[in-house]
Amino acid sequence: MKVLVPVKRVIDYNVKVRVKADQSGVDLANVKMSMNPFDEIAVEEAVRLKEKGKATEVVIVSIGPQQASETIRTALAMGGDRGILVKTDQMVEPLAVAKILKAIVDAEQPGFVITGKQAIDDDANQVGQMLAALLGWPQGTFAHSLELADGSARITREIDGGLQTIEVKLPAVMTTDLRLNEPRYASLPNIMKAKKKPIEEKSPADLGVDITPRFKVLKISEPPKRNSGVKVSGVPELLDKLKADGVI
Amino acid sequence: MASLVIAEHDNASLKDATHKTVTAAAQVSTPVHVLVAGENCAAVAEAAARIAGVEKVLLADAPSYARQLAEPMEALLLSITDKYDAILAPATTTGKNILPRVAARLDVGQISEILKVISPDTFERPIYAGNAIETLRAPEGKKVITIRITAFAAAGEGGRATIEQIVAASDAGHSKFAGEALSKSERPELTSAKVVISGGRGLGSAENFKLLDSIADKLHAAVGASRAAVDAGYVPNDYQVGQTGKAVAPDLYIAVGISGAIQHLAGMKDSRKIVAINKDEEAPIFQVADYGLVGDLFKIIPELDEELSKRGYK
Ligand SMILES: Cc1cc2nc3c(=O)[nH]c(=O)nc-3n(C[C@H](O)[C@H](O)[C@H](O)COP(=O)(O)OP(=O)(O)OC[C@H]3O[C@@H](n4cnc5c(N)ncnc54)[C@H](O)[C@@H]3O)c2cc1C
Ligand SMILES: Cc1cc2nc3c(=O)[nH]c(=O)nc-3n(C[C@H](O)[C@H](O)[C@H](O)COP(=O)(O)OP(=O)(O)OC[C@H]3O[C@@H](n4cnc5c(N)ncnc54)[C@H](O)[C@@H]3O)c2cc1C
Repeated sequence: MKVLVPVKRVIDYNVKVRVKADQSGVDLANVKMSMNPFDEIAVEEAVRLKEKGKATEVVIVSIGPQQASETIRTALAMGGDRGILVKTDQMVEPLAVAKILKAIVDAEQPGFVITGKQAIDDDANQVGQMLAALLGWPQGTFAHSLELADGSARITREIDGGLQTIEVKLPAVMTTDLRLNEPRYASLPNIMKAKKKPIEEKSPADLGVDITPRFKVLKISEPPKRNSGVKVSGVPELLDKLKADGVI
Repeated sequence: MASLVIAEHDNASLKDATHKTVTAAAQVSTPVHVLVAGENCAAVAEAAARIAGVEKVLLADAPSYARQLAEPMEALLLSITDKYDAILAPATTTGKNILPRVAARLDVGQISEILKVISPDTFERPIYAGNAIETLRAPEGKKVITIRITAFAAAGEGGRATIEQIVAASDAGHSKFAGEALSKSERPELTSAKVVISGGRGLGSAENFKLLDSIADKLHAAVGASRAAVDAGYVPNDYQVGQTGKAVAPDLYIAVGISGAIQHLAGMKDSRKIVAINKDEEAPIFQVADYGLVGDLFKIIPELDEELSKRGYK
């Protein structure tokens, strides 16, 4: 069974973003970019499936600018087999991402797709579910653990009240949560090997997908600032203050 | 036309996330209808009918909706969405699981986790872990929206909506419920509690984490945690507050042994008052705290507990 893993190049999770003064967006000049952390978890899970003999091939896809091929290389160094870059310098909304991925699924026929539960830049938490719906496949979102059997997957999900286990028929889409696994670091030899792995380039037009944005972003602004408060001398002073504020 | 709110419930009781979503829905399109899909959930539908501002409750009572799995819910919603120009759900794990499927099938984008309705087609939502706020305008056509429940006031009681039974939609049956392990707690829910006390890696163990319980009891607080505390197994996943956990905005948030990473701040910095207890005075949590107590939590927490007792908190 082939496993498809879409990976997104995002601003590194350690970077504190700055909103541009003209409110046109956030400053992405010279900031460190990395693979979306949830996608690292997705790649790791797919590679483990291959190591356990449950997957035959792990195909990595990214939609984005030329530099997104570096993100694909990172995934290949972790153990992915080959990559597909759907190249565009435009912003791509989640629905368009899902349509592009659907076109790739139609062509590649994977039995399982693993996406991140959310991209940490746009925090949309949509793509995996949208892709599943467009394909008419079941989904297991916010995955905490996975057991793959013949023709079905048992997925335990992180939900608001705790954990829920569902069983879905394959093919299916799964989205990763934080505790599914701990992604490996790519070793130097594997990084070298990844340089020779193939990355095919396509455009959204090749796949017949119109990526014209539907939404209009009017502005990107700073959230309300919190003033840092005071240090209190001890517990009694703290409680006096909280009482005066009427919060206890 | 009208807006449709997907009720958040557990078949027995209606969650106040629903009331908050009704508030948002009324700002997008009226009248507001509420869909209660579940199994043996008539009492939930009755509760929904009492929400002020709700005109009609649609009740889909069938075994296939017992757990509100995404696939049957998608089919059900698609069978009724043509009557609505807006479909809204709270940004809970249930809403987030279902709604993007509906949006995709309607060929519209979803507007995730809105903080504010500026006008019926213009919304504010957080991006980059809440470090930026995006104002976006949706195109003509149906709107599919999840709302951040801490950002909207709950609609009141006093409504007298009609309840209409609707028939279940057929579903391919590709997914089925296979079990659950829910955290049991007598405490208020994290996302609606007035006081939240959260612990981080500084607590050091699951055993130590229980130190927070006695204070939580006295303040009627919910207990939360940082990702590090969850990853280390001190508490279950549903305690996690943050960008990729739950967003909370209580009157009082007490962070104990939490450093204040941006991902954590994303989930709690809209709290009215923030208290930080940390031994490192440089910890970033102090930059958002109204009141900071620098010191060893293992000394401060028992002290806090005792002082609360002295002041009559039980
Ligand atoms: C007007 C406008 C402005 C925008 N501004 C910005 C901006 O300032 N900065 C910015 O980074 N983006 C911006 N975007 C891009 C856009 O918001 C997101 O890339 C897109 O909406 C996908 O959302 P998401 O990544 O949050 O999806 P999610 O649903 O949160 O992603 C879930 C998963 O889907 C997969 N996935 C998502 N995107 C891709 C991808 N491109 N390639 C492969 N897999 C993917 C991954 O597995 C990911 O974990 C903008 C878009 C528009 C329309
Ligand atoms: C994709 C992604 C998503 C994430 N999502 C979230 C999320 O939703 N929520 C979240 O919380 N994090 C999230 N994180 C993790 C986040 O980056 C931090 O790693 C995490 O919040 C740190 O938790 P902490 O503050 O408990 O631990 P640490 O950063 O280790 O801080 C522990 C603190 O305890 C203090 N301390 C230790 N001992 C004592 C003592 N005896 N007395 C007093 N103070 C003491 C220390 O001074 C320190 O400040 C995410 C990370 C990633 C990459």
